[in-house]
Amino acid sequence: MDILLQQIVNGLVVGSVYALIALGYTMVYGILGLINFAHGEVLMIGALTALQTLGVLERIAPDLGPLAQLAIALGVAVPVCMTLGFLMERLAYRRLRNAPRLAPLITAIGVSFLLQTVAMILWGRNYHTFPQLIPTTPLEPVSGVFITPVQITIVVVSALMMAGLLVLVNRTRLGRAMRATAENHRVASLMGVDVNAIIGATFVIGAGLAAVAGVMFASNYGIAHYAMGFLPGLKAFTAAVLGGIGNLGGAMLGGIVLGLVESLGAGYIEHLSFGFLNSSYQDIFAFIILGLVLIFRPTGLLGERVSDRA
Amino acid sequence: MKSTWMMRAFALASLFMAGSAWAEVVVKIGFAGPLSGPIAHLGKDEEYGARLALEDANAAGLTLGGEKVRFELVAEDDQADPRTATTVAQRLVDLGVRGVVGHVTSGAAIPASRIYDQAGIPHVTPSATSPKLTQQGYRTSFRVIANDLQQGTAMARYAADTLKLRKVAIIDDRTAYGQGLADAFAEAGRKLGIEVVGREFTNDKATDFMAILTRVKARQPEALFYGGMDPQGGPLLRQMRQLGMNTQFLGGDGACTAEMLKLAGPALKEGAYCTQSGLPKTKMPGGEAFFARFKKRFNMDVQLYAPYSYDATNALIQAIKTAGSADPARYLPALQTIRFNGITGPIAFDERGDVREGGVTLFRFENGAWVAVP
Repeated sequence: MDILLQQIVNGLVVGSVYALIALGYTMVYGILGLINFAHGEVLMIGALTALQTLGVLERIAPDLGPLAQLAIALGVAVPVCMTLGFLMERLAYRRLRNAPRLAPLITAIGVSFLLQTVAMILWGRNYHTFPQLIPTTPLEPVSGVFITPVQITIVVVSALMMAGLLVLVNRTRLGRAMRATAENHRVASLMGVDVNAIIGATFVIGAGLAAVAGVMFASNYGIAHYAMGFLPGLKAFTAAVLGGIGNLGGAMLGGIVLGLVESLGAGYIEHLSFGFLNSSYQDIFAFIILGLVLIFRPTGLLGERVSDRA
Repeated sequence: MKSTWMMRAFALASLFMAGSAWAEVVVKIGFAGPLSGPIAHLGKDEEYGARLALEDANAAGLTLGGEKVRFELVAEDDQADPRTATTVAQRLVDLGVRGVVGHVTSGAAIPASRIYDQAGIPHVTPSATSPKLTQQGYRTSFRVIANDLQQGTAMARYAADTLKLRKVAIIDDRTAYGQGLADAFAEAGRKLGIEVVGREFTNDKATDFMAILTRVKARQPEALFYGGMDPQGGPLLRQMRQLGMNTQFLGGDGACTAEMLKLAGPALKEGAYCTQSGLPKTKMPGGEAFFARFKKRFNMDVQLYAPYSYDATNALIQAIKTAGSADPARYLPALQTIRFNGITGPIAFDERGDVREGGVTLFRFENGAWVAVP
């Protein structure tokens, strides 16, 4: 029983990270119909910028407490990534907004390669150790389940970020303009919405979330390197599709479901397949579920507005 | 008028170039390993080892058939990926290399070895330790390092005899290397009375191991054997501690690095052991001098297998020297029977192409470092 609970906790933590990243994918898709494949790379830039900042802090203010260090690192990484998100949209995607769908998609893949290579030049190819500012030693186990403070932080921060984003989109002027733009660029601009600014803002917010996710990811696993964004980016994309791409609630649900399925899949695949499969097939579960959902609900679990785009 | 002038200039220039090519023959030696990706640091390490050997040979000067020979390194990035490795191998063959140092990983070396066999070009790997490589029966495959069977067996013997372990769980990363190492450990362990209580798998790009570690934990092993590299090994060890596991940790050479110490951080405690094919610096006949020279030349420390890469390159050079020819067909027999004292120890190959006296060293984690067990 405690094993099952532990697997659920493992899944929730991974799922929260996926959900946080998936929000960035889904926001951009909701408004532009573009899958921003460079999103995972923004996460990586966020983590490495934070790492760089921590390195500088170590030298100029070694007496700072770990939480203050973390706050400053985030305070640098988030604006850097936001600027990056803004530039990405302005330089790479804006001029392709009315191009055939394939063009921005391929550009996104190109931007992803570009960012990875730039990061490789700046930070080298080695894996870097990310300082564990939030303690990673497990707390007193509750009914056999081990949880570390950093894992709790990840779940809480993700939940707060998601709640904040929902409020932003549903309750503010900016959010209303975003929803209007998502519905129809032209009509929105006729109604006095500055579409370019709104799309820019979407990229900026998405990149900010990715930066937070990057720092969380790096402090949980204690590592950062130039290719770290690729796999979580891919998983988060899967999560966004699973939940219904373009739908914020769907991205969160998709992230959590994917995390749980992965964790439970790896934990129980051997029992479920009567010893035929082992944990080297753990990813099979995530993609079987994705396949099934897309067959029976082509718009994802909560999907709403895919058909008009596709 | 103008074009004639250009043509004359061109003819003159090519004459000069032909003249300089006459004075020395360039012999291209290929290197293939991961120069990008998670283990690029290990690839670069070996590339530098090979480069140093060729620079030494050029400095010493070698003449074949009255012509001065200059060795040139052609380094290609195989990304430690089986598919890229075959492309890279083909490219090296097409570029006309006379021998290859590499590949770095077994996953890349095994598919590439077939291409070298077809082209008749010898390749000497400094670090691909999977037994499969030399079991394929290719005459052109050589390695200067002990293979996994020897490494896994050495660890199993130590675990059974000295550590008195009886229940061990195994995780490997499903690469040819990780799997080969884990299989060798499991098989040797079984014979020595070690029960494998859990066998889990991950991959060489994973960062999260909580799910499989939770499974391992449920089986309550005395130790976990990990077959894989340090970028996964470090986080794996950290996550073991996050789950409150104080199980002992056993690893192969991929986890036996300075990087591992950094990546695992405080999660590495007493009760962690690893093996390295080959010998520690202090036990290499030419270790100290090589490490110092390497540092001076490349301004970085030896990561892992640069000394073996140096010896692998020298095996090719020595064979070319002995045969008096850089033609692969002519120096291949010389390579098979070569015998010289490398900086890592005596280099001589058995009928499969494995080094005859490949040492394995056991390390124990002690005071923040890997310390060779005497």
